[in-house]
Amino acid sequence: MRLMVRNLDVFYGAIHALRRVTLHVDAGEIVALVGANGAGKTTMLATISGILRPRQGSVRLGERELTHLAPEAVVAAGLSHVPEGRRVFRPLSVEDNLRLGAYRRRAQRQAIAEDLERIYAMFPILRERRRQPAGTLSGGEQQMLAMGRALMARPRVLLLDEPSMGLAPLVVQEILNHIQNLRQKAGLTVLVVEQNARAALAIADRGYVLENGRIVLHGTAEELLNNHDVQRAYLGREREEACTGSGR
Amino acid sequence: MAPLIQYLMGGLTLGSTYGLTALGFTLIWSATGIVNFAQGEFVMLGGMLAVAGVAVGLSQLWAILLAVAGTTVVGAMVERTMIRPLGRRPVLDVVIVTLGVAMVVRGLVMLFLGKETHVLEPFSGHVPLRVFGAAIMAQGVWVLATAAAVVGGLKVFFSATLEGKAMQACAHDPVAASLVGISVPRMTLLSFALSALLGAVGGVLITPITMTSYDVGILLGLKGFAACVLGGLGSPLGAMAGGILLGVVESLTAGYLSSAYKDAVALVVLLAVLFFRPTGLFGPRDVTRV
Ligand SMILES: Nc1ncnc2c1ncn2[C@@H]1O[C@H](COP(=O)(O)OP(=O)(O)O)[C@@H](O)[C@H]1O
Ligand SMILES: [Mg+2]
Repeated sequence: MRLMVRNLDVFYGAIHALRRVTLHVDAGEIVALVGANGAGKTTMLATISGILRPRQGSVRLGERELTHLAPEAVVAAGLSHVPEGRRVFRPLSVEDNLRLGAYRRRAQRQAIAEDLERIYAMFPILRERRRQPAGTLSGGEQQMLAMGRALMARPRVLLLDEPSMGLAPLVVQEILNHIQNLRQKAGLTVLVVEQNARAALAIADRGYVLENGRIVLHGTAEELLNNHDVQRAYLGREREEACTGSGR
Repeated sequence: MAPLIQYLMGGLTLGSTYGLTALGFTLIWSATGIVNFAQGEFVMLGGMLAVAGVAVGLSQLWAILLAVAGTTVVGAMVERTMIRPLGRRPVLDVVIVTLGVAMVVRGLVMLFLGKETHVLEPFSGHVPLRVFGAAIMAQGVWVLATAAAVVGGLKVFFSATLEGKAMQACAHDPVAASLVGISVPRMTLLSFALSALLGAVGGVLITPITMTSYDVGILLGLKGFAACVLGGLGSPLGAMAGGILLGVVESLTAGYLSSAYKDAVALVVLLAVLFFRPTGLFGPRDVTRV
């Protein structure tokens, strides 16, 4: 399903956090939104999922207008948001977290049981720990749980806010592989936010660069990876060259 | 022997109503992080409405059912009209508003139902039961049985139903809860309605024993809150245990020392527990609540 964001203006009191931001994610696409800390990436996702209200602009999912819906209605419309910092329900068990992910369609017992199996097959460690409180999981496991919880809503579009934050490189790779698989196998549409631009662009089709609340650049992932400004600002290429004494 | 049994039974009975009040506190706190200082007024309202129902000629059963239903509706209305408009204000602001709600409820009851003290007929008559030579009020058995059923019901609600878990999720992280599709306003409404219901049940049960008037909610609310802190905020079993402990200590003090000291002793017990176990007798060991 296509996600279309037009001319969004978002404020925190007097702080103008997003300035006429326009972007879209086509059905089945993986799009990366990259930018430095404080650029407005989290604000962007929170506005799409209904946590924040834009002062102007619109958010559409397919034909559906999402702009003034509450978060619980946005989930029901087919868009799930994995928030920054995972925000799992720490006192509840892993399985309860997953079941709550399917809260909107709680009447469909059979389908939920099947989806649980699917999530456990995707993240076997969650099955092992299913009776443990979510707060006892490692960072990587919590990220998997947060993703699993979002997938239990059977979304058509998934928003991911810094899935690699604080994780070891191997775990980051595993998470990114899962995102690619989800698109391939389930046709999921994905908007992923990252400070780790290289990791996000590696799996994305296209990308946008956000700076101080504005989109300053967009293009295919390859174009962005080869763009000198992007390399200097977000990929640390020069630093890398200085260290290794060679280009790529 | 007989006086001891009598004091214990009196303490258990009184303590169970503190426990029911404490459960109301726990429920709202669990769902929203709000300490609702109007909880004692829900207890008062249950008793007063039942009395008013009987006064206008309803049978006792109908008066009680309508009183509980009416108080539940009031609880829901309080949330809708006074708590929800506060939006995402700091919890302390909301807590202060609940103090205001308590005064409004008390004032309205005084205005419409008067300042007199009332009593309700015991559910199964005045004849006491004889246990080991002690005279036990049958009403006390009603109180205990109901309290036990309510605790059991809440335990099941929180640990075995999706709605109960959704309520805990709301308490833990309302934003994350809304992102999985839980309506936080609906959960808050539900917690206020349920708490008012529990309070009203306590109110109609205790009125035949202790009598009621428009201002009994203040002390009941304080005792219920103390019970709740004793047991550890957030634990239904703890709330009931805290209430019973408080009731028994009070009753023994009143029986063997003097009833002048009973409220003070309750306070001393509370302070002692808070000093040695800040999260309450049954609370979690770590104090953090995010
Ligand atoms: N709750 C808030 N209140 C006020 N300002 C905020 C709040 N959240 C974010 N901001 C500001 O909005 C801007 C964008 O923040 P954010 O969307 O979190 O950036 P990013 O996710 O790209 O790091 C920053 O300048 C930040 O300081
Ligand atoms: Mg962010």
